[in-house]
Amino acid sequence: MTDRPGLTPSQTVGPFLSLGLPWPDGPDVVPDDTPGAIHIGGIVFDGAGEPVFDAVVETWQADPAGHFDHPESSSRTGFRGFGRCPTDGDGHWEIRTLKPGPVDGQAPHVDVSVFARGLLDRVVTRIYFPDETAANAADPVLAAVPAARRATLVAVDHGRGDLRFDIRLQGDGETVFFTV
Amino acid sequence: MSRPAPFSLPPDGTHPPLAYSAYRSAGLRAPAQPPVLLPHRLTEVTGPLLGADRIGPSDHDLTTQHAGEPIGQRIVVSGRVLDSDGRPVPDTLVEVWQANAAGRYAHARDNWPAPLDPNFTGGGRVLTDSTGTWSFTTIRPGAYPWGNHHNAWRPAHIHFSLFGTSFAQRLVTQMYFPDDPLFGQDPIFNSVPDADARQRMVSSFDLDATRAEWALAFRWDIVLRGREQTPFEEPHDD
Repeated sequence: MTDRPGLTPSQTVGPFLSLGLPWPDGPDVVPDDTPGAIHIGGIVFDGAGEPVFDAVVETWQADPAGHFDHPESSSRTGFRGFGRCPTDGDGHWEIRTLKPGPVDGQAPHVDVSVFARGLLDRVVTRIYFPDETAANAADPVLAAVPAARRATLVAVDHGRGDLRFDIRLQGDGETVFFTV
Repeated sequence: MSRPAPFSLPPDGTHPPLAYSAYRSAGLRAPAQPPVLLPHRLTEVTGPLLGADRIGPSDHDLTTQHAGEPIGQRIVVSGRVLDSDGRPVPDTLVEVWQANAAGRYAHARDNWPAPLDPNFTGGGRVLTDSTGTWSFTTIRPGAYPWGNHHNAWRPAHIHFSLFGTSFAQRLVTQMYFPDDPLFGQDPIFNSVPDADARQRMVSSFDLDATRAEWALAFRWDIVLRGREQTPFEEPHDD
């Protein structure tokens, strides 16, 4: 019996993550001619309300039927499910994807990791959808979040398949972050 | 619906606290509110399984990405990706980026006056094999000064990005080199509370992996979270 090896600690991505992490098609969870494609994006803000221009936002989600491209999914899909977008000089990120279906009794959601200079570990949040009022009200993860802060997890509909999800790392309207 | 087996929470002291005042950049970026516990469900125990289509032909050798060879000490860096049950993580993407031999990043916002190297970009990607092993060739990065505190210098390091097989296992970290005299004054290295955990970020010189008349070598194993343990049951065939 061998000892269990100790975990490797997290460290910050630092300011120069764009040398290693972005892909040209990172924000394209689906190609641009995909029927029903939506855009989800926003600005990452720091505690002074300034945009964070050196972050990367990663997303992971089910397909519209609630399935993942993963062997643990009850029915494996070919949908990539993964998006990755560095923030630009204005702190803006955006992905093109399909709205996920409900997953195991949870409302449709997208898991999000944010990495940036100044973050010694990633922060994790979730995007929920504004047109899912009933499902959001029954969602077990949202139920564990203080009611006054739940709205930080729900994207804002700007129409024409355009959803806004700002991420406030600290301070007024601070986004809810999760321990996973 | 039955819940999938969750990944175990990291022991206290393994990962840095987000609020860590010695690291100035954390000041306006670390969340002030306590995080909410998210018990793992299907979204967290699955994750992107990125494959060979994400790897370019010279991504494993950072010394061959330009017309000429970069300046610096050529090194081979290798190791395994394991989970905390000791199981190898095969076919998983490993991404790296680093400064050049003079300690300068090939990035528009790195403006300290050390030379850029036209033959070095400093980004690489490899996939682990069936035993969880990865390897790449590069040059040893230099240390560099930064504005965190008076006369602050980052110890030489290589940035690593790991996916494992699940959203819960995602890890971005840095690999350091043995016996670096700069460790003591570096708030990023020292942000990890547990001293043993800090040492797990430091690679070892690996004489066996050196290439004669070509490159020195360093070894570093990366350990991602494993599944929560139920009482151990191993089949015995003896």
